[in-house]
Amino acid sequence: MNTLALEATSLGRRYGKTWALQDCSLSLPTARVVALVGPNGAGKTTLLHLATGLLQPTSGSIHVLGERPGADPEILGRVGFVAQEMPLYRSFTVAEMLRFGGELNPTWDRSLAVDRLESLSIPFSQKVGTLSGGQRGQVSLAIALAKRPELLLLDEPLASLDPLARRDFLAALMESVAEHGVSIVLSSHLVSDLERVCDHLVVLRNGRVAVDGDIGGLVRSHRLVSGPRHTGALAGVGEVIDRTDTDRQTVALVRTVGPILDPAWTVREVDLEEIVLGYLGGREGSNAPADPTLRAVRPAPSEVGS
Amino acid sequence: MIVFRIDGRSAIPPYLQIVQQVKHALRLGMIEPGDQLPTIKQVVADVAINPNTVLKAYRDLERDGLVEGRAGVGTFVLKRPDGPPPPLLAQLRRSLDRWLRSAFDAGLDPESIESLFESGLRDSLSEEEDTA
Repeated sequence: MNTLALEATSLGRRYGKTWALQDCSLSLPTARVVALVGPNGAGKTTLLHLATGLLQPTSGSIHVLGERPGADPEILGRVGFVAQEMPLYRSFTVAEMLRFGGELNPTWDRSLAVDRLESLSIPFSQKVGTLSGGQRGQVSLAIALAKRPELLLLDEPLASLDPLARRDFLAALMESVAEHGVSIVLSSHLVSDLERVCDHLVVLRNGRVAVDGDIGGLVRSHRLVSGPRHTGALAGVGEVIDRTDTDRQTVALVRTVGPILDPAWTVREVDLEEIVLGYLGGREGSNAPADPTLRAVRPAPSEVGS
Repeated sequence: MIVFRIDGRSAIPPYLQIVQQVKHALRLGMIEPGDQLPTIKQVVADVAINPNTVLKAYRDLERDGLVEGRAGVGTFVLKRPDGPPPPLLAQLRRSLDRWLRSAFDAGLDPESIESLFESGLRDSLSEEEDTA
């Protein structure tokens, strides 16, 4: 259990002059369902491609299941990847697609894929291109799981699915976690879909890691506080993640280090989505020194009256 | 067999929703001692939540002595939940009444009392979770 699902150390990847991912350090434990969240262009796909070995790092290093991706073909068999556009041969029938998967993968659990697709009543004789988006998603997932990977990486698997298909897809994914103990990393630019299924959160912002941690711990340690516009330190606050000031009031997402008992402040629990939005809207990077004070900030002239 | 419903908008964490639904079903006699709870795989395939959430709920119920996990078989109901004895309940109620009176005397309106109570309850729950 000492092996990490994914470990990145000062990982960076540059395209031309642009850093798609920079100074990224992460330790993702195994047997977890990790949500990789960030707006488009935050570096999610780049990170997943580095993890599969499709891309090589410009700087730093990355290991999956203790190995360097791309170094040894053996590691390819242990890592599954479902790319963003769920690439399937559209002119193949479902049965042909499964045969194709079987030919390409040294470890291949055909009955797992067949059982899964049969239980979803997906017709094997139908061409992949004529399936619904939800069915194509299920075929991609079945093929990825039939490889029996220890780690499954999914890039925006829900983006093209309607709400019902999303639920079915996540249910199938969770079933495989329960049954086979697969470690999962899935990226999304929306977090609301992931709250119920994930237990670890990584937020990427502008190619950097904004926050990384166990979701239960993050929810317990963050609060939304609102009170009179404040200048000093507030006891119990470890770090201010994001704040909004009006001329009288301050509302802030904070990381707490103890109870906030000051009666002038209203303290509310936050959900995962509010935490993500706070980190996406907050100060750059997570390496900035912790600032426990709620100093008053003067709104920029452009914000006045807006 | 019972089916769980998870309300994503509820302030109650999903694992606690499962715990409450099992206890509720037990009190109403929908499930009885000896019955099997749905397997973790069945639950996650049904409601699309993280398996560890279900595991946590079942462990909680096990700790309360209501269910028993049998390795490789499943989780089975042992007994019905018992509430606190009526005198203790009445005593707790009286101390709550005293607290409420002092809150009204201090000028708090029902809304502020509710939020105060809720935040106190949440904090003590999360403290319990941290120590668990």
